[in-house]
Amino acid sequence: MGSMRMNQAIATALAEEMRENSSVIVMGEDVADAGGPFKTSEGLLKEFGPKRVRDTPISEMGFTGAAVGAAALGLRPVVEIMFVEFLGVALDAVVTEAAKFRYLSQGQVSCPMVVRASIGSGLGFGCQHSQTLENWVAATPGLKVACPSDPQSAYGLLKAAIRDPDPVIFLEPRALYASRGEVVTGPDGLLELGRARIAREGTKATVVTLGRTTSLTRAAAQQANLDIEIIDLLSLVPWDVKTVCASVKRTGRLVVIEEAPHSGGWGSEIISTITAQAFASLDAAPFRITAPDVPVPYQRDLEALYLPSESEIVRQLESYLVTGVVPQPWWTQEGIAR
Amino acid sequence: MSQMTMTPVQRRDVLRDDPLAQYSRMLEIRHFEELVNELFAQGEIHGTTHLCLGQEALAVGIAAELPTDHAVAATYRGHGVALALGMTPQVVLAEIMGRSAGCVGGVGGSMHLCDMSVGLLPTSAIIGAGIPIAAGAALAYQTLEEQSVAVAIFGDGAANIGAFHEGLNLAAVWKLPVVFVIDNNVYGEYSRIDRTTPFEDLHLRSASYGIPGVTVDGMDSDLVQDTMRVALERARNGQGPTLIEAKTYRFAGHSRADTAPYRPEGELEQWKKRDPLLVTKQRLLKKGAASEDQLDQLEATIKEELESVLDEVRSLPSPNPAAMFDHIYAEQVSV
Ligand SMILES: Cc1ncc(C[n+]2csc(CCOP(=O)(O)OP(=O)(O)O)c2C)c(N)n1
Ligand SMILES: [Mg+2]
Repeated sequence: MGSMRMNQAIATALAEEMRENSSVIVMGEDVADAGGPFKTSEGLLKEFGPKRVRDTPISEMGFTGAAVGAAALGLRPVVEIMFVEFLGVALDAVVTEAAKFRYLSQGQVSCPMVVRASIGSGLGFGCQHSQTLENWVAATPGLKVACPSDPQSAYGLLKAAIRDPDPVIFLEPRALYASRGEVVTGPDGLLELGRARIAREGTKATVVTLGRTTSLTRAAAQQANLDIEIIDLLSLVPWDVKTVCASVKRTGRLVVIEEAPHSGGWGSEIISTITAQAFASLDAAPFRITAPDVPVPYQRDLEALYLPSESEIVRQLESYLVTGVVPQPWWTQEGIAR
Repeated sequence: MSQMTMTPVQRRDVLRDDPLAQYSRMLEIRHFEELVNELFAQGEIHGTTHLCLGQEALAVGIAAELPTDHAVAATYRGHGVALALGMTPQVVLAEIMGRSAGCVGGVGGSMHLCDMSVGLLPTSAIIGAGIPIAAGAALAYQTLEEQSVAVAIFGDGAANIGAFHEGLNLAAVWKLPVVFVIDNNVYGEYSRIDRTTPFEDLHLRSASYGIPGVTVDGMDSDLVQDTMRVALERARNGQGPTLIEAKTYRFAGHSRADTAPYRPEGELEQWKKRDPLLVTKQRLLKKGAASEDQLDQLEATIKEELESVLDEVRSLPSPNPAAMFDHIYAEQVSV
């Protein structure tokens, strides 16, 4: 146990898994010599050498595709996609190759690979370097999708992802790389893919969060003293239906908070599933607090508004807890957009 | 013993130094494709298919030189490669006909064949996808210090997609043990190569990556085998990848319904003079390896055997609905 930043927790998990299993390799742009653009692979080159820690050419399609072939033939590659947007040029390898290899070989071939990518807004990088894009991959059977929310979950989930026999997309909220937290290492720090955790206990509503929205919602609850149960989803595919459902049966209400644009978000999937399974327990309509349907704006104040802010979360939850009526998002309330 | 009753690995091994066995496999591929073509035309099989008529020598030449523990990334035009590598007409036809006994249980179809016992990775229906994947298989061999070499087989059209550039660049810069084979059959779908590509000699592209590029007559399995031998040797010696361009020609249309009206007059006829079956047959006769009668008899037997394979496959059951839920994850996940 010790205090670390999230990027250190990631580097620690990588190093431990590489020590544990010689078939684990790491590749990506500037991951070796430079220790990673976000310092998530610091020290790996020195300990494991250039055969297992590889700086790649700038060719996401090439090295992500290579990871598929390498995984099929016995390695456990961990690929770093610097910004999740760059997955766009490598999507075939992930969605149409890795996700299909087990199926199209009827179990002869598996692809135990991890694609790590940094995600999210908040650092002023503009709309081509600030998206979360989890919805791109979450609807592909054959892929698993995980998203940590702090150093501990980054450590524990990444280890689980590397050990998993299937391809895992591992989305790391970029704004959290520098955040510090206590990390329990070793077997006690390991997490299970597909298992959510209760980040705060409460009785009046179940609030499902993922990645960056977990700490924002926790801060909102603390600040306004909201009696809510926060469920940090951690895995999007598969997601922990049981834990969410059990919580909703206790609280009678469900809210999902997402960093991505409103339309087509995974929160709708959660609400639809839980509504079908626990309709009788609900005493108010479930709803989502999301970003608006816009590209991430650059200007500091606008960018802060984009991601559901702490004050926006407080405003919507307070009103919902009191009235049971679904609140309007700020952009509707202010008459800017529907 | 008929090749059709052998195991896939035996079918592969038998090719190595036996010109008659190679000819026999080319005949098998030819008549298999013609059979499949008929079944599609009659509507007995649904979906689409991409035949390799005219490209039999390339598949067999590669397979004859390649050990079974070498991974191959091939494409949707893959019946010939699959049969050449050793897969039996039974499992390939069963897959094409959507039977549970197919090589991937009937969930794949004509474009998706796989048998790792002979090194065939799941064939991809995405142009160029197999190129980085083969480089990655080679990366595994290099990292795990195994002696195998990976092979990617893809079309001339694939030489224009980004994955070609990225895959070759990566393989070259890391000196990966991989052989890239362009099956230059002159067409990508309905477009002749001169309309999509600034020059037709695609092996020249190797210069961009500082690797050897060679061209070979893809209608001659012996020449293909010789070229493969050199490229495999290089890869095994740690000298990295080779780009092989095999000049072939697609005797059929691109896919099921295509009659190829876009071909210049006389082009097909010109290439048919170099039919790989003719090339091989003439060589066998010249060497006195067999008489014309014997070769004709061989062909007749293969056709008969394929007919009985068809009867057998027709009688096999389709997969049940539960089969579509299998093999998506290592353990079934209830999402
Ligand atoms: C990425 C992608 N784009 C387009 C297609 C549609 N398509 C299927 S086959 C084909 C032609 C490919 O030509 P070539 O690489 O020469 O292979 P051949 O069919 O001649 O064997 C095209 C364009 C595809 N499958 N994948
Ligand atoms: Mg072609």
